[in-house]
Amino acid sequence: MDPLTPTDSPATDSPAFDSQATDSPATDSPATRVRVVLGEAARARKAGPRAELAEQSQVGEALLRGLIRAQLGLALRLAAVVAVGLGGLPLLFAVAPSVAGVRTFGISLPWLLLGLAAYPFLFTVGFAYVRLAERTEADFTDLVERPES
Amino acid sequence: MPHSPYALPAIVVVILATLAIGAYGLRLARTTSDFLVASRAVSPSWNAAAISGEYLSAASFLGVAGLVLKNGVDMLWYPVGFAAGYLALLLFVAAPLRRSGAFTLPDFCQLRLRSRRLRKLAAGFVVFIGWLYLVPQMQGAGLTLQTVAGGPYGLGALVVAAVVTGNVALGGMRAITFVQAFQYWLKLTALAVPVIFLLLHWQADGRPAMVTPEGQTFVSATSVEVDHAATLTLVEPTVITVRGTLDRSPVDDTVLVPAGAHEVTAGTSLGFPAGARVPDVSGANAAGGLHWLLPGGQGSGGLFAAYSLILATFLGTMGLPHVLVRFYTNPDGASARRSTLVVLGLVGLFYLFPTMYGALGRVYAPQLLMTGDTDAVVLVLPGAALGGGIAGQLLGALVAAGAFAAFLSTSSGLLTSVAGVLSTDVVGRGSVRDFRIAAAVGGIVPLILALRIAELDVSLVVGLAFAVAASSFCPLLVLGIWWRGLTGVGAAVGVMTGGGAAVSAVLITVFGGPRPGWTGALLSHPAAWTVPLAFAVMVGVSLATRHRVPADVGQTMLRLHTPDGLRL
Repeated sequence: MDPLTPTDSPATDSPAFDSQATDSPATDSPATRVRVVLGEAARARKAGPRAELAEQSQVGEALLRGLIRAQLGLALRLAAVVAVGLGGLPLLFAVAPSVAGVRTFGISLPWLLLGLAAYPFLFTVGFAYVRLAERTEADFTDLVERPES
Repeated sequence: MPHSPYALPAIVVVILATLAIGAYGLRLARTTSDFLVASRAVSPSWNAAAISGEYLSAASFLGVAGLVLKNGVDMLWYPVGFAAGYLALLLFVAAPLRRSGAFTLPDFCQLRLRSRRLRKLAAGFVVFIGWLYLVPQMQGAGLTLQTVAGGPYGLGALVVAAVVTGNVALGGMRAITFVQAFQYWLKLTALAVPVIFLLLHWQADGRPAMVTPEGQTFVSATSVEVDHAATLTLVEPTVITVRGTLDRSPVDDTVLVPAGAHEVTAGTSLGFPAGARVPDVSGANAAGGLHWLLPGGQGSGGLFAAYSLILATFLGTMGLPHVLVRFYTNPDGASARRSTLVVLGLVGLFYLFPTMYGALGRVYAPQLLMTGDTDAVVLVLPGAALGGGIAGQLLGALVAAGAFAAFLSTSSGLLTSVAGVLSTDVVGRGSVRDFRIAAAVGGIVPLILALRIAELDVSLVVGLAFAVAASSFCPLLVLGIWWRGLTGVGAAVGVMTGGGAAVSAVLITVFGGPRPGWTGALLSHPAAWTVPLAFAVMVGVSLATRHRVPADVGQTMLRLHTPDGLRL
């Protein structure tokens, strides 16, 4: 599935590949130890997604376009939530004036929505965006930094 | 309105504290980098408080409450839009802009589109928007000093201009980061503490209605000074203590004035007893009765104005020059995103309060509806509701101090960015000395404007500044960050068309006065047509000049969008 995987590089199977150096060595029994030839590792690395990105090869471009499209799509979807949730209110009040007359907790609905509820709503959307955008970036980083397999 | 004896000392304390914190920052500012970007060493919580402190201006502190008092629920779109602007900034701009490494909008133009000419054009717009936004801050300072201490209008404007120019010129960004973080908390306290007392007082009064179908009444005996000749319409015969000229004859007595229209001249003092109905005043143009309570009321211009306002405030924030400069002080894109989220929370928390002042002002300060000084409601309310006792005076002083913090912090941020652009793109080459000269020039121009046009509505000018920013820099940033096809020519023509149309609408409204009918609505609320126009022109011209797409656009996009940890 991954067009980036070099097929001619045995060294990329190695768990000792340097981007995995953070993996806990405690789980590695001596039996799983694999011989690494530095030259091969360097060659594999050069052809990896990281290099594809940095060199802006066609594959790198495709990766980057995918990331930008994902982030833009996320931003647009959340913007649409706000456009409907808040932007729909003037239209709603104009089309159905009776809604504007509803009173909740002794305060009329438009005051409650615009004076109070709008701010937690905006913050929640912002919070969701930060979480999701960071997840997209983490996935992208994993994709780029993971060893070839 | 009696002046609080504590107000002037409180304002002096805020100014001295601002100068002291600025001087502390100055000791730390040694290099040009310290001056301009605080060496990027500002922690996220300080930075978020500083961004919020910088953002909450005279329009937020005074203007929103005044608009709510005057026109009611429709005006809540201003604070909602001011907060939502940060969400738009977070969604579309924050992280990529920080990663671009651009310090100002002109920098972004050059980095992304490699166009010196576009850079100069953007510099021109930054200075225009900065000055347009500085004028109401200085007006607000003049109004505050006039209201709380009876000082002359020009003095407040002069004081703010002098303190801010001095502080920015000497301390630069590092100093104002500390100053502004301090000022956010001061502003929040200055609105939140008095409002607790006001709400308790309102509760103790048996929660008098903010709106009655037949109109407002004075809850206590109130004296109104008439500033401009006006026609009063009394709903019922009222006993008024008149000192001045009523219906063209001099009066100095307590008289029973019959229902109907009456003329009063400027300088007349009218004393209303408690329980008297508040008369309608020609020219004050306030929404009355149920119109105030319900959306789409009079004075709002209907759905078109509402949506235009939403568009301008939602999209204008990202184009304000002092907002963008702050992003550079974050260490990377992810932290820029997080501090923007904190800012959204802090700003939203703040905006809960001006609404309450506007609504309570309806009960306790209805005389402002007669005089038209609705922008003063936040300043007047503590004294008007809680009386002349020590509590009312101290809270009044706290509010005045908060108002000054608002003018000082927003003006500092604006002036820093205007001076930054002036010193790098217009005069000089960005040395510390150039920056200081530019700060002085940048501060004097809006001061002169503020002294000349005292009559302009604070929030009107701010709304127009947002409209210009939304129709020039918003499309430039959004398309520049997300669309490879943008060209320098397309961006320049788009900024000139959209921004130019908005600027023309601003100038016609500001110097020609509001116009009636559809032309008036299109000119006083330009964003609804200038923003789509700017986007359309930018995309169209870029497509037509496809061969001018910068060769390194892929490299730029890579820098803008790859996660910070990757370090390619």
